[in-house]
Amino acid sequence: MSTSNQIAVDREKGNFHFETDYAYDAGVGLSEDVVKYVSGVKDEEPWLLDFRLKALAAFEGKPLPTHWASKDLENINFDQIRYYLSKGQKPSRTWEEVPDDVKNTFERLGIPEQERKFLAGVEAQFDSEAAYSRMKDDLEEKGVLFMGSTEGLKEYPEVFKKWFGKVIPTSDNKFSALNSAVFSGGSFIYVPPGVKLEQPLQAYFRINAENFGQFERTLIIADEGAEITYMEGCTAPKFETSTLHSAVVELVALKGAKIQYITVQNWSNNVFNLVTKRALAEEEAEVRWIDCNIGSRLTMKYPGVILKGRKARGEVLSIALANDGQHQDTGAKMVHAASETTSNVIAKSISIGKGRSSYRGLVEMPGRPSHCKNNTECDALLINAESETDTYPAITVRGRDNSVQHEASVSKVSAEQIFYMQQRGMSEPEAMSLCVNGFVNDLIREFPMEYSVELKRLIDLEMEGSVG
Amino acid sequence: MSSLNINNLSASIEGKAILDNLNLDLPAGEVHAVMGPNGSGKSTLSKVLAGHPDYEVTGGSARLEGIELLGLSPDEIARMGLFLAFQYPIEVPGISIANFIRAALQARLPEGESVKAVDYYKQLYEKMDELGMDRTFTSRSLNEGFSGGEKKRCEILQMSMLEPRYCILDETDSGLDIDALREVSLGVNRMKGPERGMLVITHYQRLLEYIVPDKVHVMWEGKVVLSGDKDLALELEQRGYDWIRNEVAA
Repeated sequence: MSTSNQIAVDREKGNFHFETDYAYDAGVGLSEDVVKYVSGVKDEEPWLLDFRLKALAAFEGKPLPTHWASKDLENINFDQIRYYLSKGQKPSRTWEEVPDDVKNTFERLGIPEQERKFLAGVEAQFDSEAAYSRMKDDLEEKGVLFMGSTEGLKEYPEVFKKWFGKVIPTSDNKFSALNSAVFSGGSFIYVPPGVKLEQPLQAYFRINAENFGQFERTLIIADEGAEITYMEGCTAPKFETSTLHSAVVELVALKGAKIQYITVQNWSNNVFNLVTKRALAEEEAEVRWIDCNIGSRLTMKYPGVILKGRKARGEVLSIALANDGQHQDTGAKMVHAASETTSNVIAKSISIGKGRSSYRGLVEMPGRPSHCKNNTECDALLINAESETDTYPAITVRGRDNSVQHEASVSKVSAEQIFYMQQRGMSEPEAMSLCVNGFVNDLIREFPMEYSVELKRLIDLEMEGSVG
Repeated sequence: MSSLNINNLSASIEGKAILDNLNLDLPAGEVHAVMGPNGSGKSTLSKVLAGHPDYEVTGGSARLEGIELLGLSPDEIARMGLFLAFQYPIEVPGISIANFIRAALQARLPEGESVKAVDYYKQLYEKMDELGMDRTFTSRSLNEGFSGGEKKRCEILQMSMLEPRYCILDETDSGLDIDALREVSLGVNRMKGPERGMLVITHYQRLLEYIVPDKVHVMWEGKVVLSGDKDLALELEQRGYDWIRNEVAA
């Protein structure tokens, strides 16, 4: 019966750090020289350096979005961050070849075991670059490409350049511009027409260095009728100073393709996690984001789907858990750009102690499509009297015969519920945990088994010591 | 001899005294009824014994097998073997009955041990059959949207699965039609035994036709003012609580 811990990432598990020597270090602060350094280390073509420098200008020209977002963004000191760090490693295809300190890190996080158990491929990124990348041989034979962004742009420019930066333009927002200037690492995946991956591909992102910014860039292309599930996990040690993680993730689902993208974000509580994730869904394609935010100091992330082709379907299922000192500012964007497109958003948030969770939703129907459907449910659970939640839906419906539904609820764990459960023998934290699990249960049932088990355990760990 | 002993128990809520030097002894193997008019402190007694944090104990003691309960947390009291069947069972959304009872059993096991799924479900289904509960019940959220009868059956199901040493049934008859009352009572009667003490709190004599008590205690203004055998319940039914008022005044 036991299926537990297949993905072993609990909140404390990532809290360790090995001293590491870096062969490549872009130094502290952001400038044209830093961008040129990153591009130079990667030996990039001129168009890419040009892309980066334009992005840097876009980043510098945009104000922080504090007119609508958290003022905490002002506490990011862009001049004290290190934008590129690597040991100069090339991604190894066997664990033996991975440098010892990096290997020890991933072994401690249980990555090799997971790969053996249930994954079709793994990529493990250590600070700026991938240290390990391996996919099952049969997938390679079918023409599946799975590699880091550096390798992808270099080896398969004809595949990736077409979509690179197209779903999320450089200047979409300040942080997508920052990522575009200094990006390094992340996964590039191409699944050929009709190829259906039965097991997920996984990427694991690890920040090891203090005052560091991780800017991975992921692009997944599922060609016509292809199917893929991709999972990402992330951890960092608890440093005194804050760390920045700012990724850009673009998904392209061509006609009839299916992409499922699963995130369990478990950054330590000093990480600013400012991520732009968006998918393009062509005719009859399906994209599903499963997004679980448990760690970080401030997360701002609103996975979106542009439903570009007829009958395309988009879905965001998300769970956010905000404890003391955390603000989970998450949501979803659904752009119904074609008729008969459907989208579904279910967002559940739990605020504990002085934690705050916000939901921002956007539903748009440009071009006056017809027969589109959107369903949005956002439910918040408050554990303590100081816990906070807020919701900002923005819905614009144009065209005809479209239906949009938005439901929101806020509930509180009551003292009487806890007393009742304690009277059956459970301790107060056990009772709280059970209430929280009850709140997210119907949503977690939609997740792949490995993730649901792990997520429940993470929630239990987070509830410990959060009561009273 | 094993028993639940309540001595000179006084308790208040928000500064208002409810229990006033209450005395009651419940030996294992016996069923005692507590009767009394509204506001006499019957439900308060059950909550104070279960360790409800809203009540302040201002004096006295309550010992389970010689061990003081007062001051312990509700879960410690529960794990010592005291079960309270609630008058108004609380709804807990998203937690199935099966998972809830399992978590409650798990909480009683030492670290490292776990409830065996096969044995657990076998036992759960047996008890549900006894109580005339449909198997589909196990996957419903705890008490959520239950009828009055379903809630009370669910309380008795939990009680029979957890096998406590002492059971307090707080107005279990309220909100039940006659058929449900009969089935719930049968469930309670099946749990009677030489090792178990039961305290049945009720407003009406009706329940005691099904659960026959060894002793009846009558509460008035926070204390037990009269105790007797089961005939006392009948006498109370006939003469009404005004009779007690006059007795106490005399």
